[in-house]
Formats: sequence, C-alpha cells, structure tokens
Amino acid sequence: MPEMLSYPFIIRALVVGTLVSLCSALLGVNLVLKRYSMIGDGLSHVAFSAMAVATVMHWAPLWVAIPVVIAASYILLRLSSDSRVSGDSAIALLSTGALAVGIFIISMKSGINTDINNYMFGSVLAVNKSDVSLSVILSLAVLALYVLFYNKIFAVTFDEPFAKATGIRVDFYNMLIAVLTAVTIVLGMRMIGALLISSLIIFPAMSSMRLFKCFRSVVICSAAISVFCFLTGLAASYEYSAPTGASVVIVNIAVFALFCLIDFIKNKDVLKKNNG
Amino acid sequence: MKKTLIKCDDISLGYENMTVLEHVSFELNEGDYLCVVGENGAGKSTLIKCLAGLKKPVSGQIILSPEISRGDVGYLPQQTAIQRDFPASVREVVTSGCLNKSRIIPFYTKADRELALKHMRELGIDGLADRSYRELSGGQQQRVLLARALCASSRLLILDEPVTGLDPVVTSEIYDIIKEFNRTRGMTIIMVSHDVKTAVKSANKILHLKHSVLFFGSTAEYIRSSAGREFIGG
Repeated sequence: MPEMLSYPFIIRALVVGTLVSLCSALLGVNLVLKRYSMIGDGLSHVAFSAMAVATVMHWAPLWVAIPVVIAASYILLRLSSDSRVSGDSAIALLSTGALAVGIFIISMKSGINTDINNYMFGSVLAVNKSDVSLSVILSLAVLALYVLFYNKIFAVTFDEPFAKATGIRVDFYNMLIAVLTAVTIVLGMRMIGALLISSLIIFPAMSSMRLFKCFRSVVICSAAISVFCFLTGLAASYEYSAPTGASVVIVNIAVFALFCLIDFIKNKDVLKKNNG
Repeated sequence: MKKTLIKCDDISLGYENMTVLEHVSFELNEGDYLCVVGENGAGKSTLIKCLAGLKKPVSGQIILSPEISRGDVGYLPQQTAIQRDFPASVREVVTSGCLNKSRIIPFYTKADRELALKHMRELGIDGLADRSYRELSGGQQQRVLLARALCASSRLLILDEPVTGLDPVVTSEIYDIIKEFNRTRGMTIIMVSHDVKTAVKSANKILHLKHSVLFFGSTAEYIRSSAGREFIGG
C-alpha cells in the first residue's frame, strides 16, 4: 500500500477520484429519485464524442467536453419535459447518437485506438498534471453549490409542483442539477470510463436507500459509500493490475448486495416481531 | 364587505394547440371556501395548476390581491409516483414548506424549524417527525403535506383532490381539518373534488366546470340550479 502511494499518478487519481466520487454520490441521490438514472449514461456518451473530436483536433479534452456536455444536459432536460419525447427515449437517442458520431470521428484518424479504449473503459493514467487543478476546483465548486442549495434541491426533487407554487425557481434548480452532473461526468469519465461512469451515480444512492429512510442520512451514507468504494477499488486495481473503473464498480456491486442482504434480514426480523 | 383575494378575468387554458377551458371568470373573497367540481377531463386540475402559478393562461388574466404575492400559496398537489417511495423524514418534508420565506438565506432558520413543529403538532403528526414519509399511511401522508402547505401560507390553500385513494373515515377527517382551517383561521380554500356531496356540505361557493363555467355562485344557489341538481343527483 505505501508503495502504491509513491507514484504521483496514483496520488492524482486518488485526489480527483475521491472528489468526483463525492460529487456523483450526492447528485446521484437526486437523479435516482427524479427517475433520471440514465442521464449519466447519456451524458458520458456525449462526453466521449466531444473528447474524440478534441483528440483529433488536438484541443484540450476537458475544455471541449465540459461546455458540450452542459449543453447536452440542457437539451436532455428540455426534451424530457416535452411531452412528445419521453425521458428515457430522449436519453437513448442522445446517448447512441453521440456514441456513433464519436466513433466515426475517431475512426477517420487511425492509430488512436488506445484512446478509444481509455475513454470507454477508463484509465488511471488519464488524469494528467495539467488537469488536476481544474478537476479539483470544479469538483469543489460542485460540492459547494450542492451544499448551498441543498434544501431547495430537496424541495424540487420531492415535489416539483409544490416548489414551483411557493415561488422556487424550479427550472433554475433543475438546470443546476444538470450542469453539476455534466461537470461531474466529464471529470470522472476518463478515469472510470464512459461506459461505467453512470454506475458511480446510481450504485451509492441505490445502496444507501436500502437502509436509510430520511433524505439527509441517505445523502451522507451515499457519499461515504462512494468514497469507500472508490478507494477500495483503486487499491484493488493496483493490486491486481485491473482497470480502475471496473474495480470501483465491482466494489459498488458488492456493497449494494451487502446492503440488500442487511435490509432483507432487518425486514425478516420486523415480520417475526409483528407475528410473534 | 370582504376583500377580493383572487379575480379570474375571462381566462382560457390549454395545452399546446388544445383548449381545455374557455371564458372562465370568477372572483373569490378572503375567507371563501370554493369547491371546483365537474366530470373527469373538465379542466379542474388545469385551472388549479393555473391558480397555483404552475401554468400560464392562454388568454385573460388572474389578478391576485397585493397581500398574496406569488409564493404565498399553500398548495397540495396530487401525489406523484416519485413521492411514494421517497426517503425523507416527516420533518424534512414539512420544513421544506418554509423555503419561500427564506429566499436569501439558503439554510433553515430556528424560526423555520419551530414553525414546522407547530404545524406538525396542530395536525397531530409531531410524534411521526422522524419517521420516513414513505412508511406512513395515506391519511398520515396527506396530513404531512397539509402541514407543509401551512408552513408555506397562512392565507390561501389550494388543494387538488386531497382525498384520492383514502378510506371513508380518513377522508372525512381530512375534510374536517380543511373545514377547520377555513372556519377558525379564515383561510381561503380552493379545492378540486370529485365528491360533490361533501363539497356542498363544506364549501360556500361552487365552481362547476365543463370546458367552460357551467355554474359559479354560492352553494345554496348551486343546489337549486339545474346543473347542481343534475350533478348531485337529487
């Protein structure tokens, strides 16, 4: 373990990964509850496409991907609130469409197959020095905004019509959630992988909702699970030379299974008590 | 002479190219209890959404008295699927009604928490404060949402079919609570209801909709009117 920490790239991955895990866990609770679980998947495919263009054009990937993904999240929300296209098909359209464009662009330039592989499945080496400070600043901003607007985000997630009637700017807060999600996805996808990043949003929230019943404890537990799973996954990927993203997701699956089991046993006890 | 609280001036409502309601005009005074009745698809919920500020009328205008600015509305929407399995404590849900008053400070103040507790006590749910909303019975959930609505406004309560899916005993409890808000606190109530018989018992004004206004006036007049006789069924 100490040997692992002597590599600068691991330290970078550790810092950025922990922050991204925190952000995705917090936002994940809201997205799962709002039935937007797949939004992360759609946005990560758009990010893939944007990064493909950036690689071909030799632009800085983060600077291209973040604005593009924010725009995509705005379009997604608009499409979802439009009754003609339902939310899940809107996400499917955007997700597959963006993936196709990304693959097409990348294939026009040969010899960058490693990049595709890295973007799809993630690489711990992807966080380079120049990205670290930007990633840290952005993820701290996401955390700060989430904490600052926590109560309003709760109100908008729990009951949008009521929130709107009492004068909360619902569209603004929906947009805020979308923008924060977009930023989090872009920051995390190169390490975790475009195909896997949405699990970082869904798993911790689903796990903590199994056991906790009030919103605040769900959010806190979700954040704790997410960071724990990331650190364990990172250590496991170092130990077994496995891709970081896949390792983190596997730890998340294990935690989810464990929480389901505890929930099952608890319910059984309650039933027994009520019957006897 | 009581003050006019809400005035609807020839409003039309609709979705995209379809008009649901046309030429709706009525006035409500402070302390009125209005029941909006009509068949399914008559435009009741659409009108309520418009009064709560969720939709804009296609034409015409809704004039609110200066005392109740937008946001000073206690709204009880129909339950959504999202809420049924939402992990939130009763306290969290009720306190979220205070958000319209603390626009500048993003966090709850001590006064907010006390107000929430006061309304939970009044509705007899203070013992459930730390329970999860999704574990409560339908009647208890409606009490929670009523307490939240009281946190948002002490003047105007807008309810969209508040007793859907509740059993008869709980239904009459909820109706009694709403009636009590109206009688003892002078709150203005606007309620959509399927149940015209109960509506006639509690409300002092009736608005009967069928794509336009079929009847608007006092309950006593409604019972005598042809629309009322037909709908109540003798």
